[in-house]
Amino acid sequence: MLEFRKDLFANERDDNLNEVGKPTQRQDMAGHVTGRTPFFDDHRLDGMLHLKCVRSPHHSARIRSIDVSAAERSPGVRRILRGADVPVNLNTLLSLLAFGEDDEPSLATDQVRYKGEPVVAIIADSEREAWEAVSKVRVAYDPLPAVFDVEEALKPGAPSVNPVYTRNTFTYHDKYDHVKLRFGDVERAFQEADFVLEERYQMSPIEQAPIETNGAIAAPEVNDRYIVYTCAQGLFFSLDTTAKILDLPSNKLHFIGGTVGGGFGGKVDSLCEPLAVLGAMLTGRPVRYVLNRIEEMQVSAPRGAERHYIKDGVMRDGRIIARKMTVYFDCGAYTRLTSYGALKCVAHLPGPYTIPNVSADAYCVFTNRIPATAMRGFGVTGVDFAIECQMDKLAHLIGMDPMEFRIVNAYRDGDVKAHREHASNTALVECVQVAAEKASWPLSDAARAQSSLTGGGGERAIIPDTRLDDGGVRPAGWRPEGTLPPGTRAPSRPQVTPQPSAPRPPPIAAPQPTPASPPPAQEQVPAPAAPQTPTPPPAQSQPQSQPRYARTRFSTVFGTRRR
Amino acid sequence: MPKTPVQFRINGTDKAVFADGGQSLLDVIRREVGDTAPKYGCGQGTCGACMVLIDGEPHLSCILLAEMADGRSIETASNLDQGGQIHPLQDAFMTHFAAQCGFCTPGMLMAAKALLDKVPNPTREQVIDAISDNLCRCTGYEPIINAILDAAQNPSRRSA
Repeated sequence: MLEFRKDLFANERDDNLNEVGKPTQRQDMAGHVTGRTPFFDDHRLDGMLHLKCVRSPHHSARIRSIDVSAAERSPGVRRILRGADVPVNLNTLLSLLAFGEDDEPSLATDQVRYKGEPVVAIIADSEREAWEAVSKVRVAYDPLPAVFDVEEALKPGAPSVNPVYTRNTFTYHDKYDHVKLRFGDVERAFQEADFVLEERYQMSPIEQAPIETNGAIAAPEVNDRYIVYTCAQGLFFSLDTTAKILDLPSNKLHFIGGTVGGGFGGKVDSLCEPLAVLGAMLTGRPVRYVLNRIEEMQVSAPRGAERHYIKDGVMRDGRIIARKMTVYFDCGAYTRLTSYGALKCVAHLPGPYTIPNVSADAYCVFTNRIPATAMRGFGVTGVDFAIECQMDKLAHLIGMDPMEFRIVNAYRDGDVKAHREHASNTALVECVQVAAEKASWPLSDAARAQSSLTGGGGERAIIPDTRLDDGGVRPAGWRPEGTLPPGTRAPSRPQVTPQPSAPRPPPIAAPQPTPASPPPAQEQVPAPAAPQTPTPPPAQSQPQSQPRYARTRFSTVFGTRRR
Repeated sequence: MPKTPVQFRINGTDKAVFADGGQSLLDVIRREVGDTAPKYGCGQGTCGACMVLIDGEPHLSCILLAEMADGRSIETASNLDQGGQIHPLQDAFMTHFAAQCGFCTPGMLMAAKALLDKVPNPTREQVIDAISDNLCRCTGYEPIINAILDAAQNPSRRSA
């Protein structure tokens, strides 16, 4: 039940709310309760064909040969799709944002990298005939060594999973093999701490398991367009992905969707739409490609596995003075969205707490498991599981009530967290107080008197001297290049993004840029006006050879993106 | 492939179809009859999205052969509202926000109707038992249970 606590932050909020706090009927509810809501698979089209995929039974194998001759003769078969039929048979989802390299084929050609990877697509008059033809495709595989564990995958000599990222790590900013966060000096703080606790946490993959399985129905429309009924969670994301893979102008695609029978992140990967449209293009008929439940559970992308190492330094009075984390995201065989999840993770650390010394390394690691993707707070939910388990252990270690321990360490308005942004509208203290009240959990008077509005800022707003891995120090107040004080807008400036040269240089452990002079302070005194000869405007940066505008904007989570 | 003639009554209308060997009742209802209220969720009889009433009893149509419905009377969620008048269960589902994505809803409604037709005033435990074949991944089960209890207990809603 929704409960409004107007006593909290009453002075911050306009209470003249028109919608919040009042029940409003959903516009789609009548369709839902009458069974008339049209989900994508509720569309029946004349002459509809059915697409099913031959999938790899191996976690890793070279494809020696593919023999579809028996399948071609199978009753009802209209068309067989191979990798060579896909116009652009290599893609990565976030290429639409120029983030990451194309690394995943729609249909595997020379090698399979996870169990269930599609190799051949059969289009037939009925689902049954499609399945029968699938069983008649003969693929000869040479099994290869596979790796299933993130730390095993990073060891020297581990099998290389993905040819685009040969060291089994996603490449950030064209050269870094992980995302690095440094704030203060954790090593010095560990020496000063009363206790140091280091623990390991691990999370298995989680399938989104929507009741409606993934799928799409594509059909030729007029004017050389194709209509697509789909359950895609990001309709235009899926449209653009399909346009890219099929090398079509996006205005040739007419996507109809928005009615999703449960998604939870599992319907952003756009795996069904491109093949369904390709089938419609090559057969001239409507083509339906829907995963069955087994495929949904075993092949469609889950939330990936995660492993977290957390080392904390804590004082007897409850203050955490240092937190060091190493996080491994199991990406599976192809990138999908895990690269972004690792960025979210680092932006979130060290959780909703103000800790003066923080250090973190987050890796997006390729293994021969099913590619992972989005699911409900991916990149943050798993790390919060680890952090909150650790918080309970720390409270136990120093003999402090776990709820009060969280209030002691909670971030407050005005604090600067490890991402070097000011915290505002914080509410963890109040959340803990209300949760304790609801659970009849005794809190001390001192803990009950705390507030997110007070006690923050001041010393807690200072960006400390930050010790770098090479022994150098970034001076207090340093912010990453391109970031600005909160509340200001980033100026538009040209970005020149070098293309990675071939062969790919070995990844280097995120080197530290030479300490730059701190950017101008927010309230810099303007230079006194003095007569001077007019200087020419600064030279424009060099013309861009490859205008890939979005890459830097998206990947500098710390910079221009605000929560 | 040999086809089997199957006759049944669905939502009050007599139908005759030719079913493929091994074709599920769900497939016949959705593709041959054209009633898309029952959903395919798992094809294994575990999620309940395909639930229909056969002679008043709840059945999972995805694991029933179409031939097994021969001579029987089938009811689906698209038959709940009559003449522009929604069923009390539908009204209660709307009021209690007992649907989010809506995909499990037709099956949930049939499970609930089978219960209320037999037990007009069920206990909470009976409601939970009645929908224990039906999976929901969005709203959680509490709003659904509350809606079914409300439909049973609220006489004005029952006569709505």
